[in-house]
Amino acid sequence: QAEIFQEFTVQEESVILRINLSVLLDCLTIFGTSSLPGASTALRMCYRGYGYPLMLFLEEGGVVTVCKIKTQEPDELLDFDFCSTNVVNKIILQSEGLREAFAELDMTSEVLQITMSPDKPYFRLSTFGNAGSTHLDYPRDSDLIEAFHCNQTQTNRYKISLLKPSTKALALSCKVSIRTDAQGFLSLQYMIRNEDGQICFVEYYCCPDEDVAEGEL
Amino acid sequence: MRFRAKIVDLACLNHFSRVINTIAKLAKTCTLRLTVSKLYFILSDKVANGGVSLWCELCQGNFFDEFQIEGVAAEHNEIYLELVPENLSRALKTAQSAKAVKIKLSNKHCPCLRVAVELPSLSRSSRIVTHDIPVGVIPRRLWNDFREPSVTDFDVSIYLPVLKTMKSVVERMKNLSNSIVIEANLRGEMNLKIETDLVSITTHFKDLGNPPWASEDGGQSSTQGGDLEGVAEARIDIKKLQQLLAGQQVNPTKALCNIVNKKIVHFILLHEDVSLQYFIPALA
Repeated sequence: QAEIFQEFTVQEESVILRINLSVLLDCLTIFGTSSLPGASTALRMCYRGYGYPLMLFLEEGGVVTVCKIKTQEPDELLDFDFCSTNVVNKIILQSEGLREAFAELDMTSEVLQITMSPDKPYFRLSTFGNAGSTHLDYPRDSDLIEAFHCNQTQTNRYKISLLKPSTKALALSCKVSIRTDAQGFLSLQYMIRNEDGQICFVEYYCCPDEDVAEGEL
Repeated sequence: MRFRAKIVDLACLNHFSRVINTIAKLAKTCTLRLTVSKLYFILSDKVANGGVSLWCELCQGNFFDEFQIEGVAAEHNEIYLELVPENLSRALKTAQSAKAVKIKLSNKHCPCLRVAVELPSLSRSSRIVTHDIPVGVIPRRLWNDFREPSVTDFDVSIYLPVLKTMKSVVERMKNLSNSIVIEANLRGEMNLKIETDLVSITTHFKDLGNPPWASEDGGQSSTQGGDLEGVAEARIDIKKLQQLLAGQQVNPTKALCNIVNKKIVHFILLHEDVSLQYFIPALA
């Protein structure tokens, strides 16, 4: 947060609130989205606690806008309990390598099968659709792979419909890390660099599809 | 009834086109009133318009090199036409680099404004593109429907903020709400407010200034008792406000509004040779 905010005070250990994202975006861009040279918008955001609205104060050129966004009951966050010490296999690759693959995935397949292994085929993406099965293999020494730490051969299937939303993050990112733990839980971490050069991470967690026989290649 | 006019100067032509483009953004159909000295684009506050009125006035001498009119009768040397301004706007789009544009009222099969655009061409004879824009002739007995609306007993009169900022703010607010409240006082302060189930947003403008006549009338009209201290507000349809602001292609020389508390907001935008008045009534 220190990279983005000049002041940042949180008086409780953690504060969770739920708000409408498009309303927040409209408020943040109330003075327009194009940044004129010389014009900068200042923002102050505060939240008094449960039951209070999220307050935004924006100022540009002497004009002040005050926004009160109503908050909602936060959903329970799913805790996948994915811990880096339990990671069995990890691959870091450049996003462009994965983007093409994801763009060509056979969407008639219900699942995406990911195989990670210290031996051949090293890293394989498979689908089983109406036209047949497809397997996409990445060579171990591919330029796109920045790090390859696979200790065990693992094959896991994940519902394609659950992974689909992650393609938006994939499109914006420059690098992605793919990790699995002993239970086959999948962690996708996307490194995104925004227009100002700031780096942020988006993480996706997905549990394996349960009606699958393991070891199937 | 006769009318013919001609524009030769390219700057005047582009300026005229810009005015027509603005009108086209504000009204699907409107009335064009032609007199010896002026052109007026008028929209009356019928329910079909959502109750808004428009009054735009141009001095013909600032635009046209030739302008001849013969009205319905000698004592009433005026012509009132009903037309779709978008048609005129589209015709003028072809005139961006024209040598001359002639406009003439004609009645070959039905009343039309014939717009003849003379375009430059490599050969000796010029190319002429002609647009026939259908118009309705409004009979004299209905002319009273199109008188200039006036809002004399306003509660607050105030100069508008920089239109660009106002436009950005209103556009964002339009995503979140159907109505907007404009509130202003005699100390040069204006607020734009929306309030919905999800969010409430208020934008505060200061140091806008009030026109010199503001305080004179402000005192006379406080029928609700003296404790109003010159504050007025009105809740209006946000789309109408956004249309007005979006249609401004050039910054006006003067921009102000008069507010009658909870009744109507009267916007006045003045350019060098065009004045535009737009009336947005308060929502019930």
